[in-house]
Amino acid sequence: MLTLLLLFVPLLASIACFALDSRNVKVFALGSTLINFGLTVYAFTLFKNDIPDQFLVNYWWIQNLGISFKAGIDGISILLIALTNTLLPLIILSSYRIDYKNSKTFYSLILFMQFALIGVFTALDGFLFYVFWELALIPIYFICLLWGGAERIKITLKFFIYTLSGSLIMLVGLIYLYLQTPGAHSFDIDALYNLSLSAEAQGLVFWAFFLAFAIKIPVFPFHTWQPDTYTDAPAQGTMLLSGIMLKMGLFGLIRWMLPIVPLGIAEWGNTAMILSIIGIIYASCMALVQNDFKRLIAYSSIAHVGLIAAGIFALNIQGLQGAMVQMLSHGVNVIGMFFIVDIIQRRMKTRNLSELGGLAHNNPMFSILFMIIMLGSIALPLSNGFVGEFLLLNGIYQYSSWMALFAGLTVILGAVYMLRSYQKIMLGEPHARSVEFTGLHTTEKIILISVASIIIITGVYPKPILTVAGPALEEILSHVKDIY
Amino acid sequence: MVQFAWLIPLFPLLGFIVIGLLNKRLPVNLSGGIAAAMVFLSFVVSAFLFNQVAQEGSIPERVVLFDWISVGDLSIPFSFLIDRLSVIMLMVITGVGFLIHLYSIGYMHHDQDHARYFSYLNLFVFFMLLLVLGSNYIVMFVGWEGVGLCSYLLIGFWFKNIDYSNAAKKAFIMNRIGDLGLLLGVFLIYTTFGSVSFREVFDAAEHFSNNDVTITTICLLLFVGAMGKSAQIPLYTWLPDAMAGPTPVSALIHAATMVTAGIYMVVRSNVLYAISTDASEVMAVVGLATAFFAATIGLKQNDIKKVLAYSTVSQLGYMFVALGVGAYETALFHVITHAFFKALLFLGAGSVIHAMSGEQDIRNMGGLKKALPITHITFLIGTLAIAGLPPFAGFFSKDEILASVWSHSPIMFWVLAGTSVLTAVYMFRLYWLTFYGEFRGTEHQKSHLHESPATITIPLVVLAILSTVGGFIGMPEIFHQPHLLKEFLAPIIWRATDHEVSHTFEYALMGVSIVLLIVIMYGTYSNYVTKKNLPIANDENLTGLSKVLNKKYYIDEIYNAVITKPIDAISAFVYKYIEKGFIDKLVNSTGVSLNGLGGVMRFVQAGNIGAYIFSMVIGIILIIFFKLIL
Repeated sequence: MLTLLLLFVPLLASIACFALDSRNVKVFALGSTLINFGLTVYAFTLFKNDIPDQFLVNYWWIQNLGISFKAGIDGISILLIALTNTLLPLIILSSYRIDYKNSKTFYSLILFMQFALIGVFTALDGFLFYVFWELALIPIYFICLLWGGAERIKITLKFFIYTLSGSLIMLVGLIYLYLQTPGAHSFDIDALYNLSLSAEAQGLVFWAFFLAFAIKIPVFPFHTWQPDTYTDAPAQGTMLLSGIMLKMGLFGLIRWMLPIVPLGIAEWGNTAMILSIIGIIYASCMALVQNDFKRLIAYSSIAHVGLIAAGIFALNIQGLQGAMVQMLSHGVNVIGMFFIVDIIQRRMKTRNLSELGGLAHNNPMFSILFMIIMLGSIALPLSNGFVGEFLLLNGIYQYSSWMALFAGLTVILGAVYMLRSYQKIMLGEPHARSVEFTGLHTTEKIILISVASIIIITGVYPKPILTVAGPALEEILSHVKDIY
Repeated sequence: MVQFAWLIPLFPLLGFIVIGLLNKRLPVNLSGGIAAAMVFLSFVVSAFLFNQVAQEGSIPERVVLFDWISVGDLSIPFSFLIDRLSVIMLMVITGVGFLIHLYSIGYMHHDQDHARYFSYLNLFVFFMLLLVLGSNYIVMFVGWEGVGLCSYLLIGFWFKNIDYSNAAKKAFIMNRIGDLGLLLGVFLIYTTFGSVSFREVFDAAEHFSNNDVTITTICLLLFVGAMGKSAQIPLYTWLPDAMAGPTPVSALIHAATMVTAGIYMVVRSNVLYAISTDASEVMAVVGLATAFFAATIGLKQNDIKKVLAYSTVSQLGYMFVALGVGAYETALFHVITHAFFKALLFLGAGSVIHAMSGEQDIRNMGGLKKALPITHITFLIGTLAIAGLPPFAGFFSKDEILASVWSHSPIMFWVLAGTSVLTAVYMFRLYWLTFYGEFRGTEHQKSHLHESPATITIPLVVLAILSTVGGFIGMPEIFHQPHLLKEFLAPIIWRATDHEVSHTFEYALMGVSIVLLIVIMYGTYSNYVTKKNLPIANDENLTGLSKVLNKKYYIDEIYNAVITKPIDAISAFVYKYIEKGFIDKLVNSTGVSLNGLGGVMRFVQAGNIGAYIFSMVIGIILIIFFKLIL
């Protein structure tokens, strides 16, 4: 029941937006996401760590095709729901001082996005998962297309076609799996987990799924849509994409790939790992030479998610736990970073590092909060980034010490480009135009302080996250380990 | 008492939070006062702990605060280890730390940003205490990176100056290079022993055979971390630049405490290093090279803080030589005496800079002994201590290092002894040029010359006393006194290496040291004071070896040309020709050809592939929904 509430509160709110006055829609959307946040907290109080598929709902949808509306929550999904429902109020709040035209449509799309994302994270039926996966693409496509920057039409089209072609390949893979299920075919996740396909078939399905997920994450070399889209999308669109949507791909790897095609992973996992690690170094180097701060963060995001993907392919509990923690940490930190980009851009009318400088001088509070978020993203101990990065690198090290060495370069390169950005934006003599940088507004303070607090609290005490995710990840791993 | 150990880091953490939140609302005396009081409270608790642990038969105790990271069989509690090594480090950090906080109240009096300064300083002490208290490698690493952050914040404290923030950035990044090595070492420890806790790792390690390859790899990886933090070749170039920070910061972080973290870690891991004599040999050679080269650079520097910075790099090299030959207690001995006399020298330099209205170039000083009597005397004591004149503190620890190196390798001994000569030369050059001869500064500076206030001079006097008597905790055998430090540390040293040297050697070493020192004092005096052979005013006019030394062997320039520039250039090239010119083009051309295909097929009149796919998805969804309703 709770699963349905979590899903349909945003959906109904999304529809209700159109019935409202455009002045009130912002507050309404914020209220709706706060209700969902409350529901998430409530779900945590009822949640039992070691039971799979809680709050299960299971109805036949298209019975003669074996498609059901089956959704539930386990240790993995509850954390991603928590991420979604924590970030959405912040994302909506971040638009508080902006008056978008057609604001009803804007907030309706954001709430619809929330519906689709929670659907992706809770779906326990292959077809349902696919439907939600595609549904999530539609609102973000329109958000980028209607409220994006100058080159939005070209860039959004590329983004749309690219990710859609990936997911169509995934659909082919899913249908193939469906046809392999015994008896009356079924898309049910348990039926898919219990398939024992030949190694060759698993290899093919691996690629069908991996392409879809790799484009979404994105993994090198399928990443070129990402910097353009992140840079051109409106701030809230970028936050939705980077903070939550790319986790769909990582989540897909864990839930829909590892247990279904373990032999495919045995064959191709190493390739995927190498691509991910190339991506870490490659994207870090790209970030080194960016002048546009938003694009720089976009590249740094590719590096971070590359590390998460590599940790997943390490196929051990440290890697998976690290991936879980880092999915949450990256989501929080990256929306903090993109919000900082937005704060700077709205005041200074530029995001170019070469045109900024000396902002720390009159803004001690902003510089501290920026510093904390930066430290989270370069994984300083006692920040959330460290817990994830440490576990990920440790997991990768157990897979291969050389891989860990290369992946570990992110420790150095991340510090290089982030400290450089911080220096160019905040330090040095105040610029002639730095006076235009007025102090933070209340909503901006709320968002940045929330982000900074989450960074420190989960960095000092990550135990709740680790305990919640543990049993579900062990379960996933048991499917993979059976093979070896 | 041990269960109250958490109070020790808590006080400075509270100080950081309170001062940080109240910030500019606090007057300078209050922000500094709170900060100093917090460190003093930590010092008091540390003293109680020290007293307890010093009792006969006390055993190391672990204090678990909470379960931090537990995944699978990896369990990392946030816990402290109270044993003889940690309490002695606690005493040094909180003791010297308190004096430097006190000094800072006077030194930062005129700085508007004093609250930010003191909050950072307290945060530093917090992390430094975590570093030495941690009972496993990860909690140690928390402190390790935390002090790096504070070092970054304090080097770049005056952030309007872009050179300073460059120096800060450089320090952080060089340390991160070392940290990656340290992290990989920790991963290997975990894969080898299934734990990262000191006790469990060392218990298990004791069964490994000598020079086991895994242990050697671990030791070398950990040493990479130490190279970064403790400024050894090739990762030392950040430390001289770190002098951009306020001078008390240089004293506390970049001389007395943080930079000795690498030595602490090796002493802590002495079980591993005792097994891997190969890794130890590498450490000794790197330390020796660092000690020697840094000392040669120190000969030709003219910035009072730069001389002391290279001296610190050099002295840290000494400590690694001692560690490399297995003289762990001796290395720690030098850590302690060095903390006293180097903090003293830096604070003295700060007092001089303060009096000289910010001037740091010794070519523009001279004759300051009259105007700054207390600073002068205490600085002299510091100089004698580092130069190694008995009975000052540095003599005992340095002699002990030399003696243990002698029994390890005579060649190393001679290089190190030569370095001692260089040390005395650059230190007395600095001393004479600063305090003797004629005043060479401007009239304006001359009219402002003054002895510093009591908050500055009291720490100087206390440190001068410690630099005088501090060496008595480790007397050589010939004095027939117990070596207090060695006895104290005996329980934490797994396999003590015997470095017995003959009494004749001891006497000879002491005698030669004294004679040489007197010769050097006289020689440098006659050169810099009597003959007034001042360093050339314009560095560009230097020639030959002097120029190479003055330019620090051009190492910064070489790193820049070999590492920094190529990475930037390659990245820019890849961005332009691979990212934009190849991968993205490939993606786009795939899209265009598909688009053409769509046009030919005419599934939709517009031929727009986006609209086509989009309508298809909507179609699928609609069909499904209809199915559902029917």
